[in-house]
Amino acid sequence: MAEVLVYVDHVDGAVRKPTLELLTLARRIGEPVAVHLGPGADTAAAVLAEHGAVKVLAADAPEFADYLVAPKVDALQAAYDAVAPAAVLVPSSAEGKEIAARLAVRVGSGIITDAVDVEAGDEGPVATQSVFAAAFTTKSRVTKGTPIITVKPNSAPVEAAPAAGTVEQLAVTVADSSKGTKVVSRTPRESSGRPELTEAAIVVSGGRGVGGAENFPIVEGLADSLGAAVGASRAAVDAGWYPHTNQVGQTGKSVSPQLYIAAGISGAIQHRAGMQTSKTIVAINKDAEAPIFELVDYGVVGDLFEVVPQLTEEVKSRKG
Amino acid sequence: MSLRIVVCVKYVPDATGDRHFAEDLTTDRDAVDGLLSELDEYAVEQALQISEDADDAEITVLTVGPEDAKDALRKALSMGADKAVHVEDDDLHGTDALGTSLVLAKAIEKAGYDLVVCGMASTDGVMGVLPALLAERLGVPQVTLLSEVSVADGKVTGRRDGDSASEQLEAALPAVVSVTDQSGEARYPSFKGIMAAKKKPVESWDLEDLELEADDLGLAGAWTAVDAVAERPARTAGTIVKDEGEGGKQLAEFLAGQKFI
Repeated sequence: MAEVLVYVDHVDGAVRKPTLELLTLARRIGEPVAVHLGPGADTAAAVLAEHGAVKVLAADAPEFADYLVAPKVDALQAAYDAVAPAAVLVPSSAEGKEIAARLAVRVGSGIITDAVDVEAGDEGPVATQSVFAAAFTTKSRVTKGTPIITVKPNSAPVEAAPAAGTVEQLAVTVADSSKGTKVVSRTPRESSGRPELTEAAIVVSGGRGVGGAENFPIVEGLADSLGAAVGASRAAVDAGWYPHTNQVGQTGKSVSPQLYIAAGISGAIQHRAGMQTSKTIVAINKDAEAPIFELVDYGVVGDLFEVVPQLTEEVKSRKG
Repeated sequence: MSLRIVVCVKYVPDATGDRHFAEDLTTDRDAVDGLLSELDEYAVEQALQISEDADDAEITVLTVGPEDAKDALRKALSMGADKAVHVEDDDLHGTDALGTSLVLAKAIEKAGYDLVVCGMASTDGVMGVLPALLAERLGVPQVTLLSEVSVADGKVTGRRDGDSASEQLEAALPAVVSVTDQSGEARYPSFKGIMAAKKKPVESWDLEDLELEADDLGLAGAWTAVDAVAERPARTAGTIVKDEGEGGKQLAEFLAGQKFI
């Protein structure tokens, strides 16, 4: 059976959920071979094997951390050359897309980004994408070379499918030309302790209606009662009320949770682009004419400062 | 020595309009008005600031697209770019991202450059891969997704804010840079700028000028194919209640019914 390379997104060997989703998709089109770059391959291998990786190609080199993106492309290319895969799947993170794109040029293959589903087809893997602010769904194929597809979080279920997951060291030579962009310093972001925005099952977002940074704890309180991630609209981010890393929308994160709660968000097209594929959508807004209400499964026309705290209390009491 | 900056911009259908696909499943450019991609305005702005800080700099704004794409160039020129290059050729219709990066790379080399500045993504395709593709094709460093950028002493430095960390990056010129919407509000063209833009040179190049064959370009030459397009079914009308003191409780009831609580 044809092998499919899966690029592993991890933090020191702790594999992030989107990679496990990729393994589910990879099994539909072949045998998953995981590519793990950086430290922690042995820790990661156990989890990767449990989810279907027949093999884990591992490489660690200081260059992966010392320079931006290009050394990782060298490594993924080495894995590509070693395996001659039927397809390459990469998580649709900012870095993942850049790595995939550069590999595509090097090996002369087409690239599809931000797939929300991948299935086997007569002429190779077929990728589903959600485009034009999720107003359309397209089905696409790579027609030249080996399909290189980046996949968004929450695109497939995480499934156990035990496989060997044997770790093999991958020999990587980082080219001098890949050391062009130095990472001079790195400041880790403080963890909020909440779920990662793009991976969360529930997202609670605040917008212009929240009125100020000092009011965001109301949104956070609801999120915490539901075990949700916190998002923010561009208006709230531009006003400096919440960090850009939490921005949901066209220029921020695109989320597709089971439940999306929009508090004080009017629903401009740019915001809708980032959340329209959420399974259930709920909005709280005092403007009955706000476009967000066109999308909702349940909407409350009312003051978020009344509705949200009441909801939070109710959630807490029901959860006991 | 003059700092040669090339800013890559895209002419896109207005995202607030009703965007559609044409019969050949490419973007229907007649369905809604086009404009300079909003995210590219940030690239033009950063190029202008870099140019203002340099002793001597020249900004060329570059686009690949149909006749109307000149509008995007005019906007960038009216913001303050010095000259423009429009790559236009009937054989380019339907070109995908890899093909576009090939055309842009050739045009950038022909124009001559020390620094290429791009937006983080287009507002239509939103792939966000073009800057990386260009760096790979040009064989120069990629310094991408910057929320802060500056150029001095033949080096570009910037800050890249990722999910888990914020990185300070540095590369020697020539390089490809992309900037995010956090890099700084783009200026509005002044009346003077708009008038001046009319006199600025706009060169038109076709594939022959770039010594490119059409084989890898256009719809037929693309590395990817769109086989099917479906409009997302309209959402069925949801329940909307007016809060009369119990709105939060009613919402909790709905969420409990959906098993979220």
